[in-house]
Amino acid sequence: MIDLHGFGPALAAGTLMTIKLALTALAIGLVLGLSGALAKTSQNRILSTIGGLYSTIVRGVPELLWVLLMYFGTVNLMRALGQWLGMPQLELSAFAAGSIALGLCFGAYATEVFRGALLAIPRGHREAGQALGMSRPRIFWRIILPQMWRIALPGLGNLFMILMKDTALVSVIGLEEIMRRSQIAVTATKEPFTFFLVAAFIYLGLTVIAMTAMHFLERRAARGFVRSA
Amino acid sequence: MNWEVIIKWFPRLLEGAGLTLELVAISVVAGLLLAIPLGIARSSTHWYVRALPYGYIFFFRGTPLLVQLFLVYYGVAQFDAIRHGPLWPYLRDPFWCAVITMTLHTAAYIAEILRGAIQAIPPGEIEAARALGMSKWQTLFYIVMPRATRIGLPAYSNEVILMLKASALASTITLLDLTGMARTIIARTYLPVEIFFAAGMLYLLIAYVLVRAFKVLEHKLRVDASQQGR
Repeated sequence: MIDLHGFGPALAAGTLMTIKLALTALAIGLVLGLSGALAKTSQNRILSTIGGLYSTIVRGVPELLWVLLMYFGTVNLMRALGQWLGMPQLELSAFAAGSIALGLCFGAYATEVFRGALLAIPRGHREAGQALGMSRPRIFWRIILPQMWRIALPGLGNLFMILMKDTALVSVIGLEEIMRRSQIAVTATKEPFTFFLVAAFIYLGLTVIAMTAMHFLERRAARGFVRSA
Repeated sequence: MNWEVIIKWFPRLLEGAGLTLELVAISVVAGLLLAIPLGIARSSTHWYVRALPYGYIFFFRGTPLLVQLFLVYYGVAQFDAIRHGPLWPYLRDPFWCAVITMTLHTAAYIAEILRGAIQAIPPGEIEAARALGMSKWQTLFYIVMPRATRIGLPAYSNEVILMLKASALASTITLLDLTGMARTIIARTYLPVEIFFAAGMLYLLIAYVLVRAFKVLEHKLRVDASQQGR
């Protein structure tokens, strides 16, 4: 068995932080992705341009750069906002900056996944809703969205696996997740290989758990559909 | 926005972009070479041939690149045998560590692309080649590989863009690539927004040029034509 020199609990706390970060970023990213997809498929020229620019620009710039920008680049902005609100010490914590940055990146890719799902729903369904006299938000909420999940789920699952691995980047701005905790342990014990390998296996474990969860979610979302293949 | 600062430091950022391109170019080419045997073995029908590449791909796709980078750059120094071995001059150098890690990482992804491409080849084409009396190896070189190249090229171009973005991690092991250079400049000027903006624009520009170049290559290789019949 590997000797962790008493750093086991610290690594466990880091794992918990990684999970919290990934889920927060997921929530932000899902909202951004859904809004992005709606904007991109909108009839409104301005909205569709904004949606297109969002997904193109965010996907073309490294995730690490977004994390750094969100953390170091918002200091002045937050200070100005803090002065206005009467809270001069206002700043984004590493957790907030990390989850916003990762959510932004997840959302940009999710925009494309949701857009594909949106376009895959037959137009007749929307028209049927209109014929029944449903309002547009109601059609979206009751008819479009429930069907979109099933189509978007595999794509979103892949994005979540990527997101979970990208959480390691937030260690660069000092958030005490798995990687940061391992680095601290390495400094104390001078055993870099042991601790980074343990970190790698924690990530592998998280990936396997997420894969299993996705499998069940997909099965649940696809209930009532018979696969011909 | 302070444009003067951007203009003043732009040459240094370009220098960093040069290192970024160098890292990406070496790793995607070396990664492809490594991925070819991996991908072929991965799509084998014998489980014992499949098992080793499967484990390799599982590990490299299931863990963050940052962990892999730290394992190679900081990790291997834990073993005296490596520190006194012949490879130490390379494993001590952050540039070679980044190249080695990125190559191993991208090879796992490219191998999966190749496996998908190989399995997407209609079985009839392989049977036809066998019926014409081609040996297994001839079929592999004249039928399977050229077809897989065309089917897999669009996914490969995606992987190259992903590696361009992943190369930003090289800055965490002290390399002055585009991100590393930006961080160094910011430490001097305290202007994160301007410098990160300029660096981001350069990444976008590089990505745009790469996407265009792959479109031209796809056109040259008639990727669209080969997919029409399916």
